[in-house]
Amino acid sequence: MNSAAPIAPANVAAGTIVVMYFAWLRERTGIGEETLTLPPDVSNVGALIDWLITRGPGYQSAFASRQTVRCAVNQDFATPDAPVAPGDEVAFFPPVTGG
Amino acid sequence: MSGPTPTIRVQAEDFDIGAEFAALGKGRADIGGLGCFVGTVRETAKGRKIVSMTLEHYPAMTEAAMARIATEATGRWPLLGITLIHRVGTLLPGENIVLVLTASAHRQAALDATGFLIDWLKTRAPFWKKESFAGGGDAWVQANEADDKAAAKWATVT
Repeated sequence: MNSAAPIAPANVAAGTIVVMYFAWLRERTGIGEETLTLPPDVSNVGALIDWLITRGPGYQSAFASRQTVRCAVNQDFATPDAPVAPGDEVAFFPPVTGG
Repeated sequence: MSGPTPTIRVQAEDFDIGAEFAALGKGRADIGGLGCFVGTVRETAKGRKIVSMTLEHYPAMTEAAMARIATEATGRWPLLGITLIHRVGTLLPGENIVLVLTASAHRQAALDATGFLIDWLKTRAPFWKKESFAGGGDAWVQANEADDKAAAKWATVT
């Protein structure tokens, strides 16, 4: 269960989060990392994805098959119901293939 | 419970397996067995010839994820040492990708922990592989069920 402290305390006051994309998610969004203002109605990973896909076709393509997308919040694996709050670092990526 | 401090590195450059073995055992007289796994780049994947493999990673998360995996191993087996080294960047067929070394007083813990560490690393460490093919084109390697099943076989009943 992730209860790690926010990665970027400065973002807490600004109401922003850092969102990172890896592998083919990065290729489809065209973005490696961005700082976004968290909408007031977005409080978990699932809601964050719902909001991201409204931002453009790159995001829609990246999240087209949600079951192939994994997530980490503050560098710990997270599920769609994991909370997201200002100061957090959220990363989206495919199932890992290291080793 | 306290265990050995694992050696964990993520690096572009190759590793020297002999040197890492020597470092793991240096100055110790209590090690009876050392376990080892090395992952290397194969030249063919699903019938296609690959000319290179590129490994991407999530820098801020990889060492922490590998440390969690090592902590899990020291909780399960009486280990005297662990070394985990994973390369990133562009690698050629035949090159080393990953090194898992374990040390214990007796062989079973070293062997079992080695298998556990690589099975867990393959499903829990944030790296992604992209293969470039002879003749052009490239593709992201897809995670496969076999890796999930291999990791699941280590699940404990609690």
